[in-house]
Amino acid sequence: MAGMLLSNAERFYIWDGVEENFRSDGRSNKDYRPMELETDVVSSASGSARLRLANTDVLVCVKTEIDTPKSDKPGLGSIEFFVDCSANATPEFEGRGGEQLANRISNLLQRAYHSSQAFNLKQLCIFEGKQCWKLYVDILILECGGNLCDAVSLAVKAALFNTRIPFVKAALMDGGNIDLQLSDDPFDSKRLEVGTAPLLVTLCRMDEENIVDPTAEEETCIAVSIVVGVSGNPALYTSSEDTTPSDHKCTTISMSGNGGILPDAMKIVIAEGITAAKCLDEALGRTLLQERNRTNLQKKDSYGFLK
Amino acid sequence: MSGHVSITLASERVNHSVAANNEIPRFFTPGEVVCDLHDFMRGHGTYVEDDKIKSSVAGVMQRVNKLICVHPLKSRYVGEIGDVVVGRVLEVQQKRWRIETNSRLDSILMLSAVNLPGGELRRRSAEDEMAMRQILEEGDLISAEVQSIYSDGSLALHTRSLKYGKLWQGVMVKVFPSLIARRKNHFHILPCGISVILGNNGFIWMGPQAQNLVSREKDDNLVSASENEDNYDCYKGLQTVTRSNREAIARLKNCIAALVASKMMLDVTTLIFAYEESFKYEEVKELLDPEAMLDVAFLTQHRLNTIMDE
Repeated sequence: MAGMLLSNAERFYIWDGVEENFRSDGRSNKDYRPMELETDVVSSASGSARLRLANTDVLVCVKTEIDTPKSDKPGLGSIEFFVDCSANATPEFEGRGGEQLANRISNLLQRAYHSSQAFNLKQLCIFEGKQCWKLYVDILILECGGNLCDAVSLAVKAALFNTRIPFVKAALMDGGNIDLQLSDDPFDSKRLEVGTAPLLVTLCRMDEENIVDPTAEEETCIAVSIVVGVSGNPALYTSSEDTTPSDHKCTTISMSGNGGILPDAMKIVIAEGITAAKCLDEALGRTLLQERNRTNLQKKDSYGFLK
Repeated sequence: MSGHVSITLASERVNHSVAANNEIPRFFTPGEVVCDLHDFMRGHGTYVEDDKIKSSVAGVMQRVNKLICVHPLKSRYVGEIGDVVVGRVLEVQQKRWRIETNSRLDSILMLSAVNLPGGELRRRSAEDEMAMRQILEEGDLISAEVQSIYSDGSLALHTRSLKYGKLWQGVMVKVFPSLIARRKNHFHILPCGISVILGNNGFIWMGPQAQNLVSREKDDNLVSASENEDNYDCYKGLQTVTRSNREAIARLKNCIAALVASKMMLDVTTLIFAYEESFKYEEVKELLDPEAMLDVAFLTQHRLNTIMDE
């Protein structure tokens, strides 16, 4: 985060630590801080998740709406991202202060989810050319403790995993219009296939090293950071065996900061991003399946923010 | 090459409380009735409504004879004269620096309240005013003492002693000011060779001990070197922190995080105990795990209890 002051001596301490592969809290350059995840926190939404990564706190809600598909893509639904930076996070976000950051993150997600190999929009289709589902993904940033992009993308994937879309019970054709009747039972619904949904990995370049999961202090010492969007492996997100595993593919790349990077180094960065995304994907899939298995057995206790 | 990722569920959240045997104190929320007005006097953190004393903050009640106070659990730092604080320079102003010390208002460090390089007792000239950034610039960390408190509650600091002044390489962690135990001495050099400053304002500084000595001697050279506007090289002159020191600092940092998560008071004894107990975990990064944090805090509390019993 900008606006955080650090003295030159502290910067040197951080730089030397990265060079030694031993950061100020003992992590190596490729370690993430422990995270905490809870899905289904907002009862009024179709799907929701809250992720806490050290001091970074993100709440994601998915809402569904019926929409008419675009004429050039009659068989596809749509997904939209909206990021809101709460002024609780830092006073800088007050008013329109967080808008730039919010736009950056929502554009990043939009681009990462754009490819059909990353997120299959066909599953949102109801009647080809007539009606489809539109997903509104609302992201609320409650606290910033560094590494926002990664946390947001993990929470978005968890919220989509948690999303239920009601089945269509009956449809009445009335001339050109279609009148849909949706099932009222919340359990009479289908889950989305989100196994391939991309995760964002931020890699910060310091000298010759790339680090993942920077803290807020480390973020102030970086000249250039690269965000790599990597699609997920659907086999990690189902308990059944018949899903075909797919490779992790890079869906988007974005760069920020004043510094530059050599083309050769860029290749290494992308490769490291894919490796990191693989680890994240495995951990996320394991946790989500664990929570789903548990909630199938008994009603879930909500933890939320208090407690 | 691959990194370590751990995602836990909220339902498996670790309860950090270590107060198993000693009961948890009664907790008041703002607006809650503490007691009747008739027998008691109202103190800090309370107000009177309908002949009842009510809490105005979220915290625990303390009674001294007939005086009722409610101490907030989380609050900004309320300074007292003589406190040792760690602060960060926010702005260089006319004849003074504005320092962030976690209080409600920013603190002030006057140019007349610092030891200037070169001589202790000399007049502060206009040149000194021009060269304030060479002494302290934006972002620098300092340790200082509260000299006086202005009428609006902001603090005036001073660094007129060799033990105060600019802090060099190391790490600062922020904790709640209420968790710092008030002691005679807040400067410590731990057996592991790390110097620790437990600021009363909740900022804790950790740095290698030898480094501080080296940098202090170099102080004058640094100021003269920075006149060449070659800041980078002048800081490069600082030797890098050794791996063993770095590991000790990281371990201490994680220990402090563990103690804070369990809301334990911090002083040099608890720090040393926690540091020693943490060696149960070989790698420093294992201490980031919530269960390991609870374990360290629990072992520390246990050791404190046994000392109290003796």
